[in-house]
Amino acid sequence: METKVEIHNLRKQFGPFTAVDGISFQVGRGEVLGFLGPNGAGKSTTMKMVTGFLTPTDGTAVVCGDDITRNPLAAKRHMGYLPEGAPGYADMTPTGFLRFIAEIRGFRGAERDRRVAEVMERVHLLEVAHQPIDTLSKGYKRRVGLAQAILHDPQVLILDEPTDGLDPNQKHEVRNLIREMAEEKVIILSTHILEEVDAVCNRAIIIAHGRVVADGTPGELEARSRYHNAVVLRLPEGRDAPGIEGLPDVAGVEREEDGDTGGVTLRLLPREGRPILDEVTAWLRERAIEPLELYVEQGRLDDVFRTLTTHH
Amino acid sequence: MTRQIGVIFRRELGAYFTTPIAYVFIVIFLFLSGVFTFHLGNFFLRGQADLHSFFTYHPWLYLVLIPALAMRLWAEERKSGTIELLLTQPVTLADAVLGKFLAAWAFAAIALLLTFPIWITVNYLGEPDNGVILSAYLGSLLMAGGFLAIGSCFSAITRNQVIAFVLTAVVSLAFVLAGFPLVLNFFTGWAPQVLVDTIRSFSFLSHFDAISKGVIDIRDIIYFVSLIAFWLYATVLVIELRKAD
Repeated sequence: METKVEIHNLRKQFGPFTAVDGISFQVGRGEVLGFLGPNGAGKSTTMKMVTGFLTPTDGTAVVCGDDITRNPLAAKRHMGYLPEGAPGYADMTPTGFLRFIAEIRGFRGAERDRRVAEVMERVHLLEVAHQPIDTLSKGYKRRVGLAQAILHDPQVLILDEPTDGLDPNQKHEVRNLIREMAEEKVIILSTHILEEVDAVCNRAIIIAHGRVVADGTPGELEARSRYHNAVVLRLPEGRDAPGIEGLPDVAGVEREEDGDTGGVTLRLLPREGRPILDEVTAWLRERAIEPLELYVEQGRLDDVFRTLTTHH
Repeated sequence: MTRQIGVIFRRELGAYFTTPIAYVFIVIFLFLSGVFTFHLGNFFLRGQADLHSFFTYHPWLYLVLIPALAMRLWAEERKSGTIELLLTQPVTLADAVLGKFLAAWAFAAIALLLTFPIWITVNYLGEPDNGVILSAYLGSLLMAGGFLAIGSCFSAITRNQVIAFVLTAVVSLAFVLAGFPLVLNFFTGWAPQVLVDTIRSFSFLSHFDAISKGVIDIRDIIYFVSLIAFWLYATVLVIELRKAD
């Protein structure tokens, strides 16, 4: 894998407050990196430093071989960036705005117009091409922001909360677009929506208090959840499974009564993440208990997220 | 690099005309300069074929209008978050500051050019010294640039355009009044004479007066150009320091 973005010990201090406290990682081509963390964890600040908006207090980012602090213009040329909230010049139309971006990216004349037309088609902006950005819906504004970020076909795409505030259809659309581009680019996106990580990312970094607290594939992170390999058991009305918590590899049981059907759902947590499905099914068979539903949980990202970002 | 300045310049200048700002500004500018010239300046009563009564009020006119023109330069970028968008494009901060300033200055120049009917009038009524008038126009434009550069800096300090307006107006007023006894008396008596002279030399009025009388002294031009350079440099520093806010 070709490394495209190297982040070296990035730090940002705002007066006495340390927003980013020594973050280092590398991202290669084909990776879609989800940048997770609670609000105020330093996600946006990190992205602002990588894209050259904020000057790091210490450390640096190297993008496609160009150091953002030493050679900012060259590094910026490799990147497309969607800032948080997808800002755009309110009085301009998408066409005018994208032309401006194209020119500032160095495209002129026919090449400029071709790029603008192409990108507008790609993110479906043609129907609002001549309306002031001010009057556009949130979804369209986000598309304008995405369009300006991908117009010059950058190798590295940095998206700060690309789907925040969008409706489910719009989210779906933006995620498809990200997936389409994933293969040939490096994409770093920040989010606090965990399902998004499962949906589009092949790697996730969780940061808290300005530090990296976890780095792995979404699957690896889920495996750190106490729900990883947990077995969920839904029993019909009147049935229960007394004594099941006594199984050697079961660490605990969470019960949930279903008020409507009178049934009960048991969630059996495994000891140290060991697979317990066989054990549980054997136990049930012995007692001739037939559950309505029985499945193994992958683990929950939100659980891992909460554990990693609150115990500090 | 100059290409980037050009791109930003065109966008900015275009932005003035896609909103009502341009038209409101030009109309008010022309209206007020008419009122000042003919009523306060007694253009006709003076019975002289010159534009003295026109140019003499320009510092006061600019004092009110230029901060209004400059206040949006950076405050709006800050407020809408486009500053982040702009500064993560491959442009240097200096190019962005310069491009925006030049656009505002060009706009002021357009407004100033549109006062040409008064020049026609005075040429119709008599035989003015058009060299003096041209020199006065140049001086007025340079002074507008000075006001705008101050405005650029204070617009960069805040995301609130009203604050930017007020700060610019107050500091500009200080620059206009620097040659007035009102200000100088405050310093004479306790401050060394050098300081008093320095303050006097900073006055917009004394430099503008000379040029508007047709005396193009290179020192007056250097004064305005270096004043502009100073405030634009300050703008760059302010943005650099306060980007995170």
